Amino acid sequence: MKNSNLYSGEYVCLDKANVDTDQIIPKQFLKSISKSGLGPYLFDSWRFNDEGYLGKKVSERVKNSEFVLNLDQYQGSNALIARENFGCGSSREHAVWALKDFGINVVIAPSFGDIFFNNCFKNGLLAIKLNTKEVNQIFEQQINNSQKQIEIDLINQNIQIPNLESIKFEIDDFRKTCLLEGLDDIGFSLKYENQITDYENKLKTSRPWILNDK
Amino acid sequence: MSPKTLYDKIWDDHFVTNRDDGSSLIYIDRHLVHEVTSPQAFDGLRENNLNPRQINTILATPDHNVPTTNRSKDVNGIKDPISKLQVVTLNDNCDEFGINQFKLNDERQGIVHVIGPEQGITLPGMTIVCGDSHTSTHGAFGSLAMGIGTSEVEHVLATQCLVSQKQKNMMIEIEGVLQKGVTAKDVTMFIIGKIGTAGGTGHVIEYCGEAIRNLSMEGRMTLCNMAIEAGARAGMVAPDEKTFNYVENRPFSPKGEELKKAVDYWKDLATDSDALFDSKYLFSAEEILPQVTWGTSPEMVTHVEDVIPQVEKDNKNLLDALSYMGLEPGTKIKDIELDQIFIGSCTNSRIEDLRAASEILNGNKISKKIKRAIVVPGSGLVKKQAESEGLDEIFKSAGFEWRDAGCSMCLGMNPDQLKEFERCASTSNRNFEGRQGFKGRTHLVSPIMAAAASLKGKFIDVRDI
Ligand code: SF4
Repeated sequence: MKNSNLYSGEYVCLDKANVDTDQIIPKQFLKSISKSGLGPYLFDSWRFNDEGYLGKKVSERVKNSEFVLNLDQYQGSNALIARENFGCGSSREHAVWALKDFGINVVIAPSFGDIFFNNCFKNGLLAIKLNTKEVNQIFEQQINNSQKQIEIDLINQNIQIPNLESIKFEIDDFRKTCLLEGLDDIGFSLKYENQITDYENKLKTSRPWILNDK
Repeated sequence: MSPKTLYDKIWDDHFVTNRDDGSSLIYIDRHLVHEVTSPQAFDGLRENNLNPRQINTILATPDHNVPTTNRSKDVNGIKDPISKLQVVTLNDNCDEFGINQFKLNDERQGIVHVIGPEQGITLPGMTIVCGDSHTSTHGAFGSLAMGIGTSEVEHVLATQCLVSQKQKNMMIEIEGVLQKGVTAKDVTMFIIGKIGTAGGTGHVIEYCGEAIRNLSMEGRMTLCNMAIEAGARAGMVAPDEKTFNYVENRPFSPKGEELKKAVDYWKDLATDSDALFDSKYLFSAEEILPQVTWGTSPEMVTHVEDVIPQVEKDNKNLLDALSYMGLEPGTKIKDIELDQIFIGSCTNSRIEDLRAASEILNGNKISKKIKRAIVVPGSGLVKKQAESEGLDEIFKSAGFEWRDAGCSMCLGMNPDQLKEFERCASTSNRNFEGRQGFKGRTHLVSPIMAAAASLKGKFIDVRDI
């Protein structure tokens, strides 16, 4: 999945800390054996007042009109800004698949659950850690000034929001390359197959109980 | 050589190579697979014409979707067709790729994190992964055990390696002796209350100190199980004689000369005395009391004699949590009335948990206010053991339902769920919104606290029994 360097669009602020992956995509949707089609159930128990199940049509659902992602002005947002520890809890990659399927391709927060953070980059979702002060500024721009335009330059690692000074962000080189080049992660690792085989050969004497035939 | 932590040693011994993008490949010794996080990974293998690299390192079992009653009909006993498809898909994938699976009707089936240790698949000094965050459980053996996403499941299947970066070292020491009635579950919840659900982010936690050494292996599994709830990807306890005794004579553990060699290797894994940690916490065992969560995050926790804390007007997080839980600041924990009791999950469904809970229940009846109380053993073998000790009879005569093994009401992907606004004392690990059922309300406690609460229909201090 190759991404362009520039992400531009609109952002929406979700004013909650410790949003766990059970909230991003509740358990009943993990029964899916496919990666696609989960967008309609993103934040299901916050977006809807009725209980959802896989296959239930959005047109039949009772929308929670107060939930921020349901507000008219934020329809079509592709960047989600949240509070600390976003994506904590369960390892379900379905959370990332649901965000992507819904149309979100950037998530910004002061901190993330480790497994969620990894899962993002494996699926071409850009997750950015900013400090709490910077995240607060982005929230304030939306709340006080109805701002929602956002532009992210991945190569130069900065975020532009009108009326705010540009914000620099850090990202590991390998994650950045992975997003820009859309690397086939397994293919990339298999380039090191000789090293893996060498390791396995040594393992047969150093810890023989690992690869035993059972 | 510079002194190393347990984590440093396992990392170094599993390091394969650095990729030229700056990440590392770490060799994976054991891979546990369940039905929920694997179908897309197997699809990926098929699309790319790949096969699992080391078939003997993998064990699969269905656990999340499985019904806990009426198991004689095998997969046909799964009423929800989508759940059934997921379990059948695991069967098909395991058959196609030749993966060892404990199927639904195998008596060894159970929650992945219960059967790994039970079978001797989990051993000290290993790297263990599973597409499940509570893989941290296996760290109790002094292994590096991590939950991974589905893309990583596919990657490990294909390469036997995980793309990784070294994490930081955190030490959490509990000195002294735990009070009677205070369990490993209370210790792990207490720690989360202190350091928060993001406290361990980016770290591997090593638990140590007298109170940790004194825990049984099962207690250490409960402790490490919830390391993920403290934000850490892995928690671990250095292996010792208890660990070696536990793994001996398990079906998959090394035997004879090989075991001797293994034990020699395991003995060297303990953290060197002058090794450096990036952060350290020290708590005293005496200050830990039986814990109860009152909110929608495991860090919203206090002890049973306490009240629900006051919340500042602008603290949206806590206000949302209390509103979801239908609770007011100042309410005594002991005044919270319960509808259901759940004893089970990979945190607390092993034989010692069931023994301890049944001891509280022996000769007593659950309160009439309790609508349903269920016990779900962590594996078919735990169930069998409990029955041979007569524990099932104690549970049943107290008014509990005695079920078959699986994740059950820990997350309710099967029919075991809370109804709207029902309140449950649960021995599981997550009190997230909707976790046990749509709009259901979860209070996390130890098995003996859950058993005690079932008698009164409210929380009581198990130390008073
Ligand atoms: S028992 Fe609960 S926490 Fe453990 S693996 Fe099953 S669903 Fe996950």
